[in-house]
Amino acid sequence: MSEEILVEQAGISKIIEDERNASLIIDRDRIISKNTVSGLKVDTAKIKDGVKINIFLENDINIDRPVHLCFGVTNKKATQIIKLNMEIGENSSMSVYSHCVFPFAEDVIHAMDATIKVGKNSKYNYIERHIHSEEGGIKVIPKAVITLEENSRYKSEFELMRGRVGLIDMDYEVFCKSYSVMEMSARINGWGDDKIKIKESGNLIGEYSKGALTSRIAVRGEATADIYNKLVATADYARGHVDCKEIVRDNGIANAIPIVEVKNSKAHITHEASVGSVDSKELQTLMSRGLSEEEAVELIIEGLLS
Amino acid sequence: MKLLEIKNLSYKVNGVKLLDNISISLDKGSIYAFVGPNGVGKTTLGHTIMGLEGYRDFEGDIVFKGKSIKELDVYERATRGITLAWQEPARFEGISIEKFISSSGKNVSHDEVTEILKDVGMESETYCKRAVDKSLSGGERKKVELASILAMKPELGILDELDSGIDMDTLDNIFKAIHFLKSGGSTIILITHSKAVLRQAEYAFLMCHGRILKEGKTSTISRYFTRKCLPCDHKNVPDE
Repeated sequence: MSEEILVEQAGISKIIEDERNASLIIDRDRIISKNTVSGLKVDTAKIKDGVKINIFLENDINIDRPVHLCFGVTNKKATQIIKLNMEIGENSSMSVYSHCVFPFAEDVIHAMDATIKVGKNSKYNYIERHIHSEEGGIKVIPKAVITLEENSRYKSEFELMRGRVGLIDMDYEVFCKSYSVMEMSARINGWGDDKIKIKESGNLIGEYSKGALTSRIAVRGEATADIYNKLVATADYARGHVDCKEIVRDNGIANAIPIVEVKNSKAHITHEASVGSVDSKELQTLMSRGLSEEEAVELIIEGLLS
Repeated sequence: MKLLEIKNLSYKVNGVKLLDNISISLDKGSIYAFVGPNGVGKTTLGHTIMGLEGYRDFEGDIVFKGKSIKELDVYERATRGITLAWQEPARFEGISIEKFISSSGKNVSHDEVTEILKDVGMESETYCKRAVDKSLSGGERKKVELASILAMKPELGILDELDSGIDMDTLDNIFKAIHFLKSGGSTIILITHSKAVLRQAEYAFLMCHGRILKEGKTSTISRYFTRKCLPCDHKNVPDE
């Protein structure tokens, strides 16, 4: 029953029926289903209030179809702890869609503690999509330390697709070795009394490593957002960019703290941040096409978060 | 009844008169041009008619279809049929070209968007899903701006420097689209200092230092603009 709710909410019912798709479905601390494909090893163990997961992708394996993880809680009140250790071997690639589904949450904590290593010449795409209840009674606390080995690529996207944020307190840190490339983006729409805290740090420690941190946040009502993006370059020819855009409406409050730190004269990092109301020219353009102010703001925010 | 009447309109910013006692009237279903060199008030007049933020505190009146629109904001003027294509159009992160154009016309179908894009020299397969953002060149963005105006089918369309960044072949298509709008009853104001664009108008207003220096048939104004206006150094004294 809970599996049906989770996969239906995540929109992956048909995907997990297909055995060619690797998947792992967890409701709170219960492993509901698991399917792996050749070269991908997934071990799970129950821990207090959660699950410990080891995912290992062997060397020289390219998984064409995205791996679907669905970590959810169908209870109204619960704590879910996910301890994830992921290792992607050398010359391999994999994309993971992580569906975090909390449709009835009134008092739910979802905490993830992840260690991820992307091997030499490998590629890892990670898309985390959240589906929350309309009550906002959820605290999402994901923490991850990611290491990119030489010439590897890591791309992550965090999206809240549906429902209220509640509290999101994210802390991701990436270490980029030589020639590796990291891109992290977060798109979150907060309203009511939602609290959004994002801390993303990139450490460009290898020569010719590259990193980009992008945040797109909208806060309305009494919602607050604190966005802390930090890029540190210590290696020759490291390149990075921090880009944060926050739209504030009603009584929302947004803080953007982009930090760029360069400790090597051959490195280069840029940043841009804009925090505040909807751009007046954008707004007036849409209003001059017959959209009311409310419709225009909705469209601008929808675009920003898309 | 005139479509638009501007009555003794004066507009100041920090004590500087940018528009000085302008009175003009426009008929329905015609193409007009506001012509003159840079900085004479053409765009300011366009923004004042549209009622953009910062352009609504003026002396005089603007009457559209017999009613004053002086107190109306941009949206209210747009719902009455007035729109503006900007000289430097805004960029929108994440809004697709199709969404932007169809929102402008409200309920414009995909097929209509395809046709409109064709009118401005853009292939829908290439452009529909692209965002109206920084990835578009200046010319591409300009074409999308015009496409959204075509979708809206306004009663009064103000097109500011529509030719900037547009290649000649596309410009011919755009001219055709403007005449098509006119044939459907739209009135068009072309804000320009280009003779090619000016030629599309039937009637023109030559501006100098916030004033209407001359008005008349396009051929007359074009001659004056070329021979008398362009050589003038415009040091606050119109070369009359």
